[in-house]
Amino acid sequence: MKLTQISVFLENRKGRLYEICSRLGQSGINIRALTIAETETFGVLRLIVDKPDAAVKMFQQNNITANRTEVVAVEVPDKPGGLADVLKVLTDADVNVEYMYGFMEKFSDKALMVFRFDDPERAATVLASAGVHVVTRKDIQGL
Amino acid sequence: MIWNEKMETMPLADLKNLQSERLVKLVNYVYQRCPVYKQKFDQIGVGPGDIKSIDDIVKLPFTTKMDMRDYYPFGLFSVPRTDLVEIHVSSGTTGNPTLVGYTRDDIKLWSEVMARAFCCAGAVPEDTIQIAYGYGLFTGGLGAHYGALEMGMTIIPTSSGQTKRQLKIMQDFKPRILACTPSYCLYMAEDAREMGIDPRQASWKIGVFGAEPWSESMRGEIEQTWNMLATDIYGLSEIIGPGVSQECHHKAGLHLFSDVFYPEIIDPETGKPVPEGHDGELVITTLTKQGVPLIRYRTRDIVSMTYQPCKCGRTSPRTSKIKGRTDDMIVVRGINVFPSQIEHVLLGIEGTHPHYQLVIDRQAHRLDDVEIMVEVDEKLFSDEIKKMHALEQKIKKEIEAVLSIGVTVKLVEPKTIARSEGKAKRVIDKRAL
Repeated sequence: MKLTQISVFLENRKGRLYEICSRLGQSGINIRALTIAETETFGVLRLIVDKPDAAVKMFQQNNITANRTEVVAVEVPDKPGGLADVLKVLTDADVNVEYMYGFMEKFSDKALMVFRFDDPERAATVLASAGVHVVTRKDIQGL
Repeated sequence: MIWNEKMETMPLADLKNLQSERLVKLVNYVYQRCPVYKQKFDQIGVGPGDIKSIDDIVKLPFTTKMDMRDYYPFGLFSVPRTDLVEIHVSSGTTGNPTLVGYTRDDIKLWSEVMARAFCCAGAVPEDTIQIAYGYGLFTGGLGAHYGALEMGMTIIPTSSGQTKRQLKIMQDFKPRILACTPSYCLYMAEDAREMGIDPRQASWKIGVFGAEPWSESMRGEIEQTWNMLATDIYGLSEIIGPGVSQECHHKAGLHLFSDVFYPEIIDPETGKPVPEGHDGELVITTLTKQGVPLIRYRTRDIVSMTYQPCKCGRTSPRTSKIKGRTDDMIVVRGINVFPSQIEHVLLGIEGTHPHYQLVIDRQAHRLDDVEIMVEVDEKLFSDEIKKMHALEQKIKKEIEAVLSIGVTVKLVEPKTIARSEGKAKRVIDKRAL
């Protein structure tokens, strides 16, 4: 039900994002989704990749600070109000969204969104029982 | 004017006799009154009978900052606590702070040496002085206050901070003397211009600046900016506070009041004296103090010293400005900072031991900036920005609480802090001192 997100600590300096991405490329790791949260001095890059274990290993070997976070990816109807419907389910169940971002690809006519929750287990259950399709790791690898 | 002509211009031979007499008395005094000193003397087999002149001082053991900490709070005191009239505390490293206690006579001594210092800088009893050193546990404010009071100057005890108010007071009361840290003096120029005050028209004509290291180029800048004479004062709370030595208007070294504070310059490695004029660690014996008299206290400040007479007529030896430290202590805005303090704080956060670096910088007309770079490892890292901000704030607050100065914290990636031979360089001091 849950996906592994890799978060990477980035200093705000020129070329750093390029370095990270090119290392992923050299290791044959494909990025499925990403978002960057930035502050004045540093940023956090959040990635969904096809081979998260290999990615973490590669980051560790290269002294890049990274960790794993469990996130939930769901299919959201690609139409006006689609996301609102999903968020309503969460709001009604009193589940708080820490942050969210979109996938680059989709495997149906629906959009794919990644959610970071405090309690991903419960959030995934709430969503699934409301009929929202929660994406599995296997789904992602198939993309 | 010379405040105490007799003592300050005494021929060197007479001065030596006086120092000898005082040392003999001091050694007897601490041997009888301070068990820690008795033990230190007994350990190396030296007793009061072995000390006949000031030259015998080399037979005595050193006192170190470590002793101040180990015997905290009252171990080095030579009087019962009831005889003390005032206590000052300076920030310590990770352990105990440094505590000093003054008897009524010690305060008289402090007043005397500070009066000498102000006169040495060029002040006269008819002057008005603005004291913008912090008043409180820090010895700067009250020490200056006692000296100015002794001289009979008119004191404006503004203490530090509230810059616009300082400037308003300067304009309204026209003090000719200013006592504060040199960086604060430069800092005030910015606010002065904002308020439409031309610093060169300020009433301050003589500055007595200390509590932090500063350079000749900074002196030039202060004198140019404020159109005033900028003099250097030296002291440390262990000895008395400010008032150990002071420059006269010839600006040719700091006159050390050696009839009461006996100076030696030693090689910090061997503990042996270095030839006159060579750099070494300044060691001071407080010849007449009562509360916490110290024998051969190692200041860890590197200076050179000369006994050549000064044009001003004072015979006391003169030291150079501080050229360095024998330990890793740095002085920022008058506060002693040890890298180990930062280490201690970081260790307390999430139990990690991250690499860090202190960067100290002094922009023109600004107070010293302290930036602490902390390498973020997996344990400290979170994918949530708010947690990272909370971490930054936590480090900042805890370090500020320990150091009592404002700092900025910057989280950096692992291995960004340069390491030499596996050991990270902890302090980058970019100040042009």
